[in-house]
Amino acid sequence: MEKYIFYVLALIMIVSAIASVSSRKMLRSVVYLLFVLIGIAGIYFMADYNFLAAIQLTVYAGGIIVLIIFSVLLVHHIDMELEVAKKSKRIITALASLIGLGVFLTTIYSHPFVETTTAVTTTTADIGFALLSTEAGGFILPFEVISILLLAVMIGAIVIAKGEDDTEEEPKETPVVKQEEPVEKKEELLENEVTV
Amino acid sequence: MIPGISITEILTLTSILFFIGIYGFITRTNLISMLISVEIILNSTVINFVIINKYLYPELLQGVVYSLFIIAVAAAETALAVAIIINLYKQISSVDVKETETLKY
Repeated sequence: MEKYIFYVLALIMIVSAIASVSSRKMLRSVVYLLFVLIGIAGIYFMADYNFLAAIQLTVYAGGIIVLIIFSVLLVHHIDMELEVAKKSKRIITALASLIGLGVFLTTIYSHPFVETTTAVTTTTADIGFALLSTEAGGFILPFEVISILLLAVMIGAIVIAKGEDDTEEEPKETPVVKQEEPVEKKEELLENEVTV
Repeated sequence: MIPGISITEILTLTSILFFIGIYGFITRTNLISMLISVEIILNSTVINFVIINKYLYPELLQGVVYSLFIIAVAAAETALAVAIIINLYKQISSVDVKETETLKY
């Protein structure tokens, strides 16, 4: 039974992915991408990783798709058609991709995978303990680095999307007389730092 | 593990998805379409991490945790890319790669 569900999912994902990279309507392309992402969440469910499937559904299908749809609606007219690349370029790219796929598949099918038969269910609590573990093999350091990265990206996205129209006008209006005060304050700050 | 499905079939599926993404990344000239192709590529690689963890080393957690990190980095990258695309559209009124030919300085 699972076999047929997997084949149906795989067929849906491949067809949607091809449609997503070749559709001429921008919004339809995003919706086909949504089908691919939901199919991937289905594969996580079948592999018994419920937490990852939930993450996939909330982050990708919930967050990123909405973000891309917003940007499409802000940037495009809905019924605008994308221009297609030249036919020679498309054929050459498809050939190169097929050659690469052949290399991948020969490598995969010639490598002897030793599959285990034990089925272990990974609970969400296991993943949580592994993420916060400070012992050898724990993931506390990359976890914290990721949090700093997300903070930096949040600030960066706000700064970039806001543009520079507001920030350039402010320094011109401030009079020149005020320049002396900050210097003294800086010196005080420096002294404080030294005493501390 | 999925009953009746060997690891090679799933790796075949992810390879096909990966090269569909690469095809789209090269042939598309629109920045948002290229972002969509990058999403397909990243997702196919994340499946590889998870499936290899499940089929070969089911007691370990490395594949799951790293796929979580990849998802976080991909979300960050998408948010930043959308911000850049909107800023670019404000400046040159287009998101086509052929028309983005000047840097700021």
